[in-house]
Amino acid sequence: MKFSEQWLREWVNPAVDTATLAEQLTMAGLEVDSVEPAAPAFDHVVVGEVVTMQSHPEADRLNLCEVNVGGEENLKIICGAKNVKQGVKVPTAVIGAVLPGGMKIKKAKLRGVESFGMLCSSAELGIAESAEGLLILPEDAPVGTSIRDYLSLDDQIIEVDFTPNRGDCLSVAGITREIGVLNNCEVTQPPIEEVAASIDASFDVEIISENDCPKYLGRVIKGINSNAETPMWMQERLRRAGLRSLSPTVDVTNYVLLELGQPMHAFDLNKLQDKIVVRTANKGEKLKLLDESEIEMDENVLVIADAEKAVAFAGVMGGLDSSVTDSTQDIFLECAFFQPDAIRGKARRFGMQTDSSYRFERGVSFQIQHQAMQRATQLILEIAGGQAGPVTESVSEENLPKRNTINFRANRLQRVLGLKIDDSEVENILSRLGMNWTKNNEGWQVVAPDYRFDIEIEADLIEEIGRVYGYNNLPVSAPKANLQFVDEPEIKIFPRQLRASLVSSGYQEAITYSFVDPAMQQLLDPGNEPIALENPISAEMSVMRTTLWASLLKTAQHNQARQQNRIRLFEIGKRFSSVDGKITQETVISGLATGDISHTQWGEAARKIDFFDVKHDVEQLMALTGESNQFSWDQAENSALHPGQSAKINNKGREIGWLGALHPKLQQKLGMHNPVFLFELSYTELDKGVLPKFQAISKFPAIKRDLALVVKENVTAGTVFAKVTEAGGNRLQLVEIFDIYRGKGVAEGYKSLALSLTIQDDTQTLTDSEVDAIIQKILVSLQDSIGATLRE
Amino acid sequence: MTIDIDSLLAQATTEINQAQDPNVLDQVRVQYLGKKGSLTEQLKSLKDVPADQRKAVGQSINKAKQTLQQMIGARKNELQEQVLQQKLAAETIDITLPGRGRNNGGLHPVTRTIERIERFFHGQGFVTADGPEIEDDYHNFEALNIPDNHPARAMQDTFYFNPKTLLRTQTSSVQIRVMENSEAPFRIISSGRVYRCDFDITHTPMFHQVEGLLVDENISFADLKGTLVEFMRHFFEVEDLQLRFRPSYFPFTEPSAEVDIQCVMCGGDGCRVCSHTGWLEVGGCGMVHPKVLENVGVDNEKYVGYAFGMGADRLTMLRYGINDLRLMFENDLRFLSQFN
Repeated sequence: MKFSEQWLREWVNPAVDTATLAEQLTMAGLEVDSVEPAAPAFDHVVVGEVVTMQSHPEADRLNLCEVNVGGEENLKIICGAKNVKQGVKVPTAVIGAVLPGGMKIKKAKLRGVESFGMLCSSAELGIAESAEGLLILPEDAPVGTSIRDYLSLDDQIIEVDFTPNRGDCLSVAGITREIGVLNNCEVTQPPIEEVAASIDASFDVEIISENDCPKYLGRVIKGINSNAETPMWMQERLRRAGLRSLSPTVDVTNYVLLELGQPMHAFDLNKLQDKIVVRTANKGEKLKLLDESEIEMDENVLVIADAEKAVAFAGVMGGLDSSVTDSTQDIFLECAFFQPDAIRGKARRFGMQTDSSYRFERGVSFQIQHQAMQRATQLILEIAGGQAGPVTESVSEENLPKRNTINFRANRLQRVLGLKIDDSEVENILSRLGMNWTKNNEGWQVVAPDYRFDIEIEADLIEEIGRVYGYNNLPVSAPKANLQFVDEPEIKIFPRQLRASLVSSGYQEAITYSFVDPAMQQLLDPGNEPIALENPISAEMSVMRTTLWASLLKTAQHNQARQQNRIRLFEIGKRFSSVDGKITQETVISGLATGDISHTQWGEAARKIDFFDVKHDVEQLMALTGESNQFSWDQAENSALHPGQSAKINNKGREIGWLGALHPKLQQKLGMHNPVFLFELSYTELDKGVLPKFQAISKFPAIKRDLALVVKENVTAGTVFAKVTEAGGNRLQLVEIFDIYRGKGVAEGYKSLALSLTIQDDTQTLTDSEVDAIIQKILVSLQDSIGATLRE
Repeated sequence: MTIDIDSLLAQATTEINQAQDPNVLDQVRVQYLGKKGSLTEQLKSLKDVPADQRKAVGQSINKAKQTLQQMIGARKNELQEQVLQQKLAAETIDITLPGRGRNNGGLHPVTRTIERIERFFHGQGFVTADGPEIEDDYHNFEALNIPDNHPARAMQDTFYFNPKTLLRTQTSSVQIRVMENSEAPFRIISSGRVYRCDFDITHTPMFHQVEGLLVDENISFADLKGTLVEFMRHFFEVEDLQLRFRPSYFPFTEPSAEVDIQCVMCGGDGCRVCSHTGWLEVGGCGMVHPKVLENVGVDNEKYVGYAFGMGADRLTMLRYGINDLRLMFENDLRFLSQFN
């Protein structure tokens, strides 16, 4: 909310400068967003009166004016504005003036006629965004007075960003009350006069929803001039608060809203039928609002109706049909208290927020309605004339908010803030805050004032004391608590360990958005309906990813487009899916690798990364568990992956993830230059390993034997490994593969696998014949199970 | 005889010195000291020397033999050294050529920051806690004292899946999950992704928070201040870094505060980063609201607690001088590799 500093200082004027005042507010929790001058710098602009006016001899659209600026002679000024008239008073920039934006006023010749100044619009003075024609000043504006003085433009606009709990500060009255508290100084509210009824006109009010609207004041004013001009000072105050001047009644209700914080509404009396009824809407009931939108309501919406239909969205916005127009003469003024709960969320439901709903949902004092009504009446009569009827008040006392008595304990205050504050100081702060308090043996009994909706419990009072005392005056200490050992299961594998492994393997960690483009999602995981956001930022970020590949591929595209020919990325994050309406969100480790195997090297041939390079990176992750042999790799199909280069990875028979080459069709579609390898593993299947268990190191020599086995093409290395390991028994320590050969010497449809076997016994040195026996057993087993033969 | 030995010695010396490789040298050795070598022959012919001279001649032969052995040994070492030198010279490489192998990758700067923050708090006895990102309304709002339609909900533009299911807007939901499932006291640090429906030059719809919670019997606002002051000073490694606590409003803490640090870019003098205020907002904090403790069944008379939440992305940017938020989740390798 924006405040004019001049206006504030009329109410409370502490001996601090603007910057200090702003700092005080910020440090009291009322954050000052900005302090801006009410008008940009300009000078030598005074009130001028157009004394005579005639057409420019050479230009139809220009007028030759003689302007009295209080000098000895009238100034000859040429003006092109349409609204220039003889007798009007306008801001006049005289020779030597510098206008906002740096324009200097000099003697000028326009089509052969000299001009000694410039008549200004409000836009030219920087006090309006745009303007149609000159700023016409009131008739009583004193000729020759500086415009800055006349309009009190040497003012600052202080914009404060309020937290939702401080509804009590959303007015000049409210924020000056706070400034008074902070500076411990008096606040003087300009007196509000009772405006006695001069006519006997009133309008019936019936409150059905007393709980939601426990107080409703109404007043009829007849015979107003809706075309009256709002006085300059009021227009200026509205402008500095960010509001536009619209019409006398609207300006007055807005002014009272700014001044006292009370939202009001004026109806055109003659457009209302019989009476006002405050009730909930009927299901399907429609109302066309002032902003010309139409809402369809239900019984959760509170409305102001007349005898026939809803005429306003209570506490939010008036209806269009009953609104005050240029021709309105008789009005019905509404000044009500609506419960915050009756208004909360209602405007938002229809995508609206108004100055009125903003205040009602945060809490408007339930004691200011009478004042506000008097203030508005006074101002309307002053500006637009008319005759006021009596104020009608409908009050349901039992439904008005109750301020509970809070037991405020001195020792709790000390315990929570960590400082003993003297009782007298606490009491002083309570009093300044308008709290009603009495002492008791633990501390105080406190009742908050009617305008505070945020003081309900002891903790709220502790905050108030701390806030006014100053958070930065509270001590700084280290927490004292018992030392505690923290569980740290050794077998747990933390994400940081997985990250470290991938970093060592050359991967760069990425953090990508969890919501992705449904098109990418569909490409990669077509069978899985992703969870969609109701209110996404954009279509490209509208569904939750079911695989991190969707994000990593997009990132790879981004990098490829920036000349990166070697891309290794990983991410640890959640993937989301919904099965039968049940949402699962699973942390996975996902990776992508494409392009060159390494950066440019000398002395080594360049090549592209392949499946087995990435497989090793994944195996390094598995090795963290200490039981790599629990994992198995199954040739399996995944629609995102190359059917011949994809593996489902299992841990003790449970599927834990995938590794494979991106399907060439997708690679082409996504414009990736090189094959892309992808993996994704479930973290919950990799988050623990086993404790290392020591095994004695054999004192006897190990013997190495190499075998070249010929098997059919379709026999996998995994099968050969498994069979060799099984047949080799516990003396077979290690099986390694060192070559695969196809071609001369090996029949078509067959391949040769070269294995290196390490054989060792824990208790003796093996003899050749013992080793031969083991090898023989392996060969027989392989021959029987998979038809493997020794290569000749 | 004497002359013979002297000239033999002279001859041998010349040959030893002329030998240019160990093989030639060995031939010289055999020629003089071998079984049929000249000196050996001299020793053999000692029996023909008259008895009275035999001793003297024998001594001179032995002396010559020793001299030759030493000379050959020395020359051998010399030649071996030469060979070694040649070999070393031939094996010399250009050590300025780059090393071979794969480069390491690196962590995302936000991960770097979060891990570092967690380490600080682990050292203080805090334990890491984790929670879901798709949250229910209860844990993200209700239990945190933000009832339906509360104006505070408008403070955080929430991504919804349906009226009761949303993307968590804050890591505070983890507090609730931990407290409902275990017993006080609590010392928790929780970090992770949070989401708000906001995307502009200073906001990304996903960002990272680090949240701390300490609930115990003797915890005060002064302790909260102490914790954050110490943390910020350690994090930025600025010994006298100034902090200020501004009253604020979060429905789940009371009292509540915003935490500002002295601008680490300009030292508080005012610059573009701090909008010329000298201060940077880095997080929110407060004493856990009694209703929140009540909601999770913690005795709010016995226990008092504090909670704080910090923007990990902002801290990362300040720490490393990153000036464009958009870079954070674009994952450009040229950006990421700067933090390896």
